[in-house]
Amino acid sequence: MKKLSATSKAYLVFVFAVLYAPILYLIFYSFNSGGNMNNFESFTLEHYQAVFEDSRLIVILINTVIVALLSGLIATVIGTLGAIGIVSIKDKKMRNTILSLNNVLIVSPDVVIGASFLILFTMIGVKLGFASVLVSHVAFSVPIVVLMVLPKLLEMNTSLIDAARDLGATKRDILTRVILPYISPGIFAGFFMALTYSLDDFAVTFFVTGNGFSTLSVEIYSMARAGISLTVNAISGLVFAITVLVVIGYYFINQKAKSATSEGQR
Amino acid sequence: MNSKAAKTPLIPYLFWILLFVIAPIALILYYSLLDLNGNFTLANYVKFFTPVYLKMTLSSFWYAFLITVFTLIFAYPTAYLLTKTKHKKLWLMLIIIPSWINLLLKTYAFIGIFGLYGPINALIEVFGFNPKQILFTDFSFVFVSVYIFIPFMIIPIFNSLDKMNPSLVFAARDLGASAWTTFRRVVFPLTIDGVKAGIQVTFIPALSLFMITRLIAGNQVITLGTAIEQQFLVSQNWGMGSTIAVFLIVFMVLTMLVTKQNSKGGRA
Repeated sequence: MKKLSATSKAYLVFVFAVLYAPILYLIFYSFNSGGNMNNFESFTLEHYQAVFEDSRLIVILINTVIVALLSGLIATVIGTLGAIGIVSIKDKKMRNTILSLNNVLIVSPDVVIGASFLILFTMIGVKLGFASVLVSHVAFSVPIVVLMVLPKLLEMNTSLIDAARDLGATKRDILTRVILPYISPGIFAGFFMALTYSLDDFAVTFFVTGNGFSTLSVEIYSMARAGISLTVNAISGLVFAITVLVVIGYYFINQKAKSATSEGQR
Repeated sequence: MNSKAAKTPLIPYLFWILLFVIAPIALILYYSLLDLNGNFTLANYVKFFTPVYLKMTLSSFWYAFLITVFTLIFAYPTAYLLTKTKHKKLWLMLIIIPSWINLLLKTYAFIGIFGLYGPINALIEVFGFNPKQILFTDFSFVFVSVYIFIPFMIIPIFNSLDKMNPSLVFAARDLGASAWTTFRRVVFPLTIDGVKAGIQVTFIPALSLFMITRLIAGNQVITLGTAIEQQFLVSQNWGMGSTIAVFLIVFMVLTMLVTKQNSKGGRA
């Protein structure tokens, strides 16, 4: 392999610098005892302390996590069942139609999803707040789960199912003992993606959240609109630390899984 | 598979499609035909074709176009160079990490960076110029948007470059093609699907951005997304908001058709 030229390296360094600069900038000033993001006065942890002492913020954080976990879980169940159902459809045209409908929410702009869900909830009388936010998150996570599970189902050898049936397994057994274990990597990936989508979502939540309920994104938005507050910096410091930990964990699990499979093949 | 038993899992899923895919689109269409008093009318559509809204649509397209072009210009070489590095998966991971940080936090960072007393203006002053208002300008809006979208453009391009058979490049060079010709005639056409996927995940969201316009662009820039948010949550004119949403959906479908791929891609 050719070595990268100095210019190429410089370009990559530039891109990485630009990508990380704003994040590092936020974290740097989260330790600033001065109240702004311009002059660093002295090191302090008061803003982090403020995050943990702000019970309202803690409640919002808990809300965000609960919505993410619950919506991820529900969406994973509906999506996995949906994917299993889709595979069983023999009619090609029908299957493609359903798959296109599946992708509508993935490609639709967030504002349109948010606005249309707002109309929907108002019409059927769902009160805006926790319920509407949870249901919307389930709604936009389902298609992602389907897309993650479907490839696993398609690559599965159907003779496995036939064999199980010949050996006298009931339909329930086939589902829980044969199909689900086989597609579990897809299910986990789907759940994980749903979680990330939910934690990250701002636009849809912003439309369907009422006055009393808020998630982290929506809260940051209103704080940012009010101006600079180093509490937001402290939050970003925490978010970044957690993200990096998750990524490192994910990387090692992946490596481990990879070496395990390569050893298995030997 | 036994077809009867296998259809039962579809029931909650089909219910989901009906309630959250078909019904919302139908409701948007229905509301676009209502005026403020709930009477049927085509007035919203007529209003959309007045200069105010046409101008807004045009400028929204212009910004989305600029954002997409700049994102592509910076993302393509990055993706290309990444495929050449050792441990390319690790480097790609490092590109992806910032995209996992909440969008709002990254946007918020730029309020400080571009602020009147922020580091950019401090730098400008070092060079002896007067500090400028960078926040609330077109430049800051485009810059922040490009910043947000760059990882999403890099990923599909990286994947298609990574899949490409390198012997095709060697063959082209052996046959006497210059580096530029090789790129233009071999590499780029072979990775066009990645570029299209990247454009899809940049252009459509760029048309509908609203929090970046609010936080970074002040009220200088109004995109279709900002207009929808305005109509729904501020003016409470759901009819007009729905009409703009209908057009946004139409533009989305058109974009999808233009960037349609031969092989099925994915969203990043």
